[in-house]
Amino acid sequence: MALVAGMYTSTKTENLIEVRSLKKYFPVTKGLIFTAVTGWIKAVDGLDFTINKGESFGLVGESGCGKTVTSKLILLLEKPTEGCVLFKGNDIGYLRGNDFSNYRCSVQAVFQDPTSSLNPRMKVAEFVSEPIIANGQLSKRIIEERVGEVLSEVGLSQTSSQLYPHEFSGGQRQRIAIARSLAPRPKFIILDEPVSALDISIRGQILNLLKKLQERHGLAYLMIAHDIAAVKHMSTRIGVMYLGKLVEIAESEELYSKPLHPYTQALFSAALPSHPEARCREIVLSGEVPSPLNPPPGCRFHPRCRYSNPLCSEVEPSLKEVGPSHQVACHLHV
Amino acid sequence: MEKRITSLLEVENLKTYFFTRRGVIKAVDGISFYVKKGETMGLVGESGCGKTITGLSLLRLVPEPAGRIVEGRIIFEGEDVLKKSPTEMRKIRGSKISMILQDSMTSLNPSFRIGDQVGEVIRLHGMVRGRTLLQKVIEALRLVRIPDAEMRIRDYPHQMSGGMRQRVTGAIALSCQPSLIIADEPTTSLDVTIQAQYLRLLKELQEQTKTSLLFITHDFGIVARMCDRVAVMYAGKIVETAETRDIFDNPLHPYTRALMSCLPKIEVQLKILATIDGQPPELGDLPPGCPFAPRCSEVSEKCWRYYPPQTVVGRDHGVSCWNVHQYQNGESNRGS
Repeated sequence: MALVAGMYTSTKTENLIEVRSLKKYFPVTKGLIFTAVTGWIKAVDGLDFTINKGESFGLVGESGCGKTVTSKLILLLEKPTEGCVLFKGNDIGYLRGNDFSNYRCSVQAVFQDPTSSLNPRMKVAEFVSEPIIANGQLSKRIIEERVGEVLSEVGLSQTSSQLYPHEFSGGQRQRIAIARSLAPRPKFIILDEPVSALDISIRGQILNLLKKLQERHGLAYLMIAHDIAAVKHMSTRIGVMYLGKLVEIAESEELYSKPLHPYTQALFSAALPSHPEARCREIVLSGEVPSPLNPPPGCRFHPRCRYSNPLCSEVEPSLKEVGPSHQVACHLHV
Repeated sequence: MEKRITSLLEVENLKTYFFTRRGVIKAVDGISFYVKKGETMGLVGESGCGKTITGLSLLRLVPEPAGRIVEGRIIFEGEDVLKKSPTEMRKIRGSKISMILQDSMTSLNPSFRIGDQVGEVIRLHGMVRGRTLLQKVIEALRLVRIPDAEMRIRDYPHQMSGGMRQRVTGAIALSCQPSLIIADEPTTSLDVTIQAQYLRLLKELQEQTKTSLLFITHDFGIVARMCDRVAVMYAGKIVETAETRDIFDNPLHPYTRALMSCLPKIEVQLKILATIDGQPPELGDLPPGCPFAPRCSEVSEKCWRYYPPQTVVGRDHGVSCWNVHQYQNGESNRGS
C-alpha cells in the first residue's frame, strides 16, 4: 500500500491490532441553528494496547467507560479525534480500495442482543452471506457453499438457512450472528457482550462455541463485557477501563490473583461469589462513576479511591510496567 | 415441620395460567413454598420459568383477563390473599407487601418528581399530608442513602443515575414498612460495583427493619450473597428447594447442578464449560412427565411419563426428581 504523510506504521507484525493513544471526544452543543460547542465528552481518552494473533483480549469496566466506543473506533464506525489503530502495522484510517475491503473482511463483530442485531426481514442465508457479497464478486454457488459451511460450524442445520430470525430461539439467533461474522474468514472478531442477553443455560454453550472457533481458526478476540467471570474465562489478557482510560492491563490469571489498581480490586470484589462462604473481601465503592464531560483532575478514580492522597488529585498517573506484561496506572505502584 | 408457626407467607399449590388463543400456558404450575419472618428467600430460574408471575400472583397483579390464578392458597400473615376483595387488596399492596421491579426507568413515572412518587405511597397508606408527608418522604430517601434528599425530591427520574433511581424504587417499597418485599431482579440493569452497593444496602435495611425478602433472580451469585433459603424453578414448577448452604454444597436436582456448573466461575479457570443441551421448554406445550427430561443427562424411562413428586431429603431440602436417590450419599427418606 502507498504511504501517506501523517500515517503511522509499525514494524512489529505479530501485533494484529495495535491501539496507539486513541482518543474520541464527542462535542456537547447548544442551540439549534447557531450551534456552539459547550464542552467535550471524553469517551475514550488515550488508550494504548495491542492484541496479538490468536489472542483474546478482554475489556472490562462499568457502563459509560468507553468500551463500546473503543470497539466502534476499531470497526471504523467512528473516526478517532486523535491517535490511531494499526492493523498488521498499517493505520486503518488510511486504508483505501482493496486494503480497505480486506480490513472490513478481517475484522468482524458480534453484538449483545441478537434480536436487534439481526434483520427480521432477512432470511438467515441472506443475512449470513451479506458480508461476503459486500466484499467481493463471488458466484452464487460459492456463496451458498460458504453459508452452509459456517452454519454447520456454529451448530445449525442446513435447512435453517431458509428461515427467518423469529423462528429461532435466543441462543440460536446468537449462533446466526456468529456465523455471519465468520463468513468472510476474519482474523479478528469483536465480541460486545456476546452472552449477556441470553438465558443462563445457553451462555455456556455460546462461550464454548466461541472458544472452539478460536482454536480452529486462530481468531483473535476483543471481548467486551461487564461480567468479569465470563471475560476472565475467555481472555488471555484483560484491560480494565475507567472513564475512558485504561487503568490496568495484565494476564487474566495474574489480574485476578494480584490486582494492583484499587479500581480493579473493587471490580473483582464486586463480582458475585460462586459459594455462600466465599463472601470474604468485599470492597464496596462509594459514589458513582463521574461524568466523562467533566472528569476529576489528576487520577480519575481518586474521588472513589480508598488510598487516595493529595498527589492523586493533582498528577494523572500513566500506565507503567510493574511486571512481565502487567501495566498499571496508579501512584501507589511506581 | 416448624415452618407453620413462624412463616409469614405460605404458598400452597399455586397455579397461575394464561388462557390464550394458542392454548393454556401454565406459567406457574402448582408451586408451594414459604417465607419466614425476617429471612430472604431466593427464587431462581431462567427467563420464562414463571418466577416473575409468581411474584405478581402474590400481589394479585397477574395481567387479566388472559392470566388467572386458577388454584392454590396464598396465606399471608394468617389470611388468604386470594379471598380478599379488591379494596382490601389495595390496602395490602405497598403497605404490607411491596415490590421492587427490575428496571427503574420503566417503574418510575418520568413525568413526576421523585418526591411525589415516594409520597404517593405514604399518602395513600399512611393518611398523612403536608409537612409530615414531606418529612416522611425525606426520611425514606435518607434511609436508602440518597445524598441531599431535601433537594433531590424535586428531581425527575431522568436526572438521576441508574443506581440512584433503583434506590428510589427501594425507598418506595420500604416507605410503609412492609413485612414482605418482593424484589424482582432489582440489580439486573445495574453495573457490578453499583450492584454490590445496592445489595449491601438492601441487606442492611432488611436487618434494620426485619422485613422478609423474596428475591427473584437468575443469578446464583446473588443467591450466595443474599439469600437464606432458595427455590429453583423450571417451567413453572419448583424443582428443588433448600437452605442456601445446602444447595451449594449438595445440589440434587440435575437442573440445579447443571445451572450451577454452566457459568464461568471467577476462582477457577476451566477450559470448557459444562452446558445444558437444548432450549428451555415452551410453557404452552409441556411434555407429560418431568419438563426437564429432554435436557436431562440422567433421564430414565419414568421421567418421560410422570412428574416426580417432591422428595424430602434432610432438613428443609426438597427435590422433585425420580433419580434423586442416586445422587445422595446416604439413604433417602421419601416424603409426600
